[in-house]
Amino acid sequence: MTKYIRRVSPLPCILLGLALAALACEPSARPPGPTFHEAANPETLADWGQLSVQGDRLVLAPGVMPYDLNTALFSDYALKLRTVWLPPDADPARYDAREPFAFPVGAVITKTFYYPRAGGESFERVARTRAPLAHFAGRTRHSLSLSKVRLIETRVLVHRAGGWEGLPYIWDDAQQSATLQRTGGFVELELVDETGAARALDYLVPSVNQCAGCHVTDKRAGGIRPIGTAARHLNRSFNDYDHADGSANQLEAWSNASLLVGAPAAVDAPRAPAWRGETALTGSALEAAARAYLDINCAHCHSRHGPADTSGLFLEPWEPAGPNLGICKPPIAAGRGTGGRRFSIVPGDAAASILVHRMASEEPDTMMPELGRATADREAVQLITNWINTLPGSCD
Amino acid sequence: MRRLVGATVAIHLIAALTLTLSGCGAEPSSGRDLSAFDSDYQQVLMEALLDAKPGDVIEVPAGRFLIERSLDLRASGVTIRGAGMNQSILSFARQRQGAEGLLVSGADDFTLEHLAIEDTKGDAVKITDGTNIIVRNVRVEWTNGPDTKNGAYGIYPVQVTNVLVENSVAIGASDAGIYVGQSDQIVVRDNRAAYNVAGIEIENSNNADVYRNIATNNTGGILVFNMPNLPRPGAHTRVFDNDVFANNTPNFGHPGTPVASVRAGSGVVVNSNDHVEIFGNRFQNNQTANVIISSLYSANFSDESATPDFDPYPEAIHIHGNHYEGGGNSPDGDELKQLRVALFGETGRLPDVLFDGYVDRAKFVNGAQPDALRICVTDAEVLNADAPNGYASPRVEGEAHACELPPLSPVKLPLG
Repeated sequence: MTKYIRRVSPLPCILLGLALAALACEPSARPPGPTFHEAANPETLADWGQLSVQGDRLVLAPGVMPYDLNTALFSDYALKLRTVWLPPDADPARYDAREPFAFPVGAVITKTFYYPRAGGESFERVARTRAPLAHFAGRTRHSLSLSKVRLIETRVLVHRAGGWEGLPYIWDDAQQSATLQRTGGFVELELVDETGAARALDYLVPSVNQCAGCHVTDKRAGGIRPIGTAARHLNRSFNDYDHADGSANQLEAWSNASLLVGAPAAVDAPRAPAWRGETALTGSALEAAARAYLDINCAHCHSRHGPADTSGLFLEPWEPAGPNLGICKPPIAAGRGTGGRRFSIVPGDAAASILVHRMASEEPDTMMPELGRATADREAVQLITNWINTLPGSCD
Repeated sequence: MRRLVGATVAIHLIAALTLTLSGCGAEPSSGRDLSAFDSDYQQVLMEALLDAKPGDVIEVPAGRFLIERSLDLRASGVTIRGAGMNQSILSFARQRQGAEGLLVSGADDFTLEHLAIEDTKGDAVKITDGTNIIVRNVRVEWTNGPDTKNGAYGIYPVQVTNVLVENSVAIGASDAGIYVGQSDQIVVRDNRAAYNVAGIEIENSNNADVYRNIATNNTGGILVFNMPNLPRPGAHTRVFDNDVFANNTPNFGHPGTPVASVRAGSGVVVNSNDHVEIFGNRFQNNQTANVIISSLYSANFSDESATPDFDPYPEAIHIHGNHYEGGGNSPDGDELKQLRVALFGETGRLPDVLFDGYVDRAKFVNGAQPDALRICVTDAEVLNADAPNGYASPRVEGEAHACELPPLSPVKLPLG
C-alpha cells in the first residue's frame, strides 16, 4: 500500500491560497490516485485522492464508485455525493442481508455534503431541495458541477487496522480544497425554499468525536462503522443511471467491480423503499416509507445495542409493534423533549406523540436526532404524522 | 463573506474576524452576567478532548468560559480537572448545539472533578457506557433557579458500572439533579441537591448506596424508581444518613416524564423498585410525606405502556431508624388534601410513610404476601391510600408493616 507523504505544510498553504490562487497550493497539477493512509490524517481531502477539483468540476478518481441510498439520513437538506473505494489488493466487502457490509482494512468511504446554489450574489444562499444528487453527471465521467453548487464538507470514513475512523474536511470558499477540521465547526447559510423564502441555518460540521455519536452503532463491539452501506439501503440503481458496466443495480455493480462478494441477485436482496419527500402516501406504502425513514434516521442509535438503548425506544425496521417501538411508551429521560406529551407514539394521534414533537423541534435539548441537523425535515414530519394518524388503537 | 467557525489556525483566524456571538439564535437564560466570560478557551478544550489519551489529565484553568457546543469525550483513562467548583466555570448559556454540556461515552476510568457546568440547554454531564466513573467536587447549576426551561439532568451517569458521585452540587434541573440510571455498583454521597424536580434519583439500577447527602427544596428529595421497557430492572438500593428536608418546590418537570408525577413535598420516593432499605435519615417538613412507596400504576401508565415482563410493584422495602420531624401537613394533589382532612382533621398531618396500596396478588402464598416481599416500616405510621380502589378506603396500617427484612449489603467500589 502506498503512503502519501505531505511535503507542504498546511498553514502556509492555506494562507497562500487566500492571497494567491488556490492552485498554487497543490504540490503537483496531477491529483494523486486514491490512497489509503494507514495512520496519518492528511490535512487536505485531495491527499486521499478520491475526489479532485478539475476546472469547474469535482471529479471522482478512477476506481472510486459513487453510490446512493434508497432513503437517506436527513442532514438539513444537504445533498450528498457518496463514494466507496478499496485498495487494489484488498478483499471485497462481505455481503450481509441485514448488517452493514464488512469492509476490509483499507476501505475509504467519502460523503460530500453540498447544496445547489440559490442564485443571486450571495454564496451563503443555498437551495432547499430533495432532488437527489442535483448537478451530478454520471455514467462515464462522474462529476459534480461546481458552478451550480455550494460544497460544504466531505467526511472520510477510513477502515484502518484499529478500526474505522471518521474525518471531517471543510471546503474553502473558492471550492478548490477541503481542509481537515477535527473539531468541526459551524457554517452559516441561508436556506432558500421553493417559494423563495429564506431562513438562517447554522450548519454544523461534526467533530471527530461527534462522528462517533452516530457511527458507534453497536456498543458491544464499540468503535465506529458505516451505516448506509447495507443491502436494503443500497439495493437500487445509482442516480437513475445505468452503471458503466451496464448493470442497473448498485449491488450488482459493486459485485462486478469486486467491491462486494456474496451478494444474491438484487431481486433476492432486501430493499428499503426509496422515500424522497413524498407526503401523499397511504396504506402499506405509507407504513413502509415511515419505517424506512425511522430506520435510516433513528435506528443507528435507537436499536437494542445502540447508544439510545437507554431510552427503551427501538426503531429498527424489524422491531415489532409494541411499547419498544414507541406505541404508548412513556418517556424515560426525555426532559423537555416530551413537550408535555405522555407517550412516544399515540396511535391515531400524531399531535400527542413525542416522536413527532421531537422531529419537528429545532431546540437543541428537544430535537431528534440530537446531532446532524439544525432544521426540521418538514416532509418527514408530515410522513410520520400521516403514519401515526393511521395506526389503530389507543393508549387509554 | 462567509462566516465559519473552525479548528485549523488559518480558518480560525478568519472566524475570529467575523464571528459574532449575537445572531446565533441562542437566548441566554442565565442568572449570570456573561460579559466577562471568555469565548476562546472552548476551542482549546475541544481539541484537548479530541486528543485525549489514557492517563491524560485535562486541566481546566480557573476562569469563566463560554462553551457553545456540546463537549464530547470518547477516550478511556482520562481525568478532567478544574481548579474548583466555584473557580473553573463552563457556562453553556449561549449553547447553540448539542443535547448536553459534556458527553462522555464508551470511556472507562473517567474522572471529572473540581469544576462547574452551568446553564446547559439539555443535560449538564452525561456519562454513558463506561466502567469506573468518578464525579467529585463538581457543581452543575441552572443559575436562574427552578424553571421548566432548564435542562433535564445535572450529573447523569447511565449504563455504567462502578460509579462514585461525591461532594458535588446540583441545582435547578428540570428532571433530576443527580441521576444514576441503568447502572450497577453505585455510590452517591456527600452531595447537595437543591431546587431540582428530583434531587437525587436512582433508576433501573442495581446495588446503590446513597448516603450523607443533603436534599432540600426539590420537588422530591431522593427517588428510587423503576421504569418499564428498559434493558434492565433495578433493585438493591440503600438510602441512609441523608438530610432530606423541605422538599416542597412545586413540580416544574415536563409532563410525561417520570418525575412529572412526583408530588411536591416528597422526601424519599420508591416507585416500582424492589429491595430498598431506608434508614438513619433525618426527614423534616416534606409536606406531602417524608417517605412515599408507590407503583407506576399510580403514575403515568397504561396497560399498553409496558412489556409484559415489567413488574410495577414495590416490594421488599425496609424502613427503619429514621428521624422524622414535621411534614405531611400540606400534601400535593386534591385526593390527598381531602384524605388528610377526612382522616386527620383540618390541622392534622399525614403519617410519615405514605403507601399507594398496590400489591401483587399474583405473588400471594396462602392468601398473603410472602414475608420477603413485604413493605416493612418499624419507625413510623403508614398510610395506605388505597389508590387501587380510587382512594375509597384509605387507612393507617400498623400490623401490615410490622416486620423486618435482612439488611442489604454495602456497595464496595474498586475506586480510589
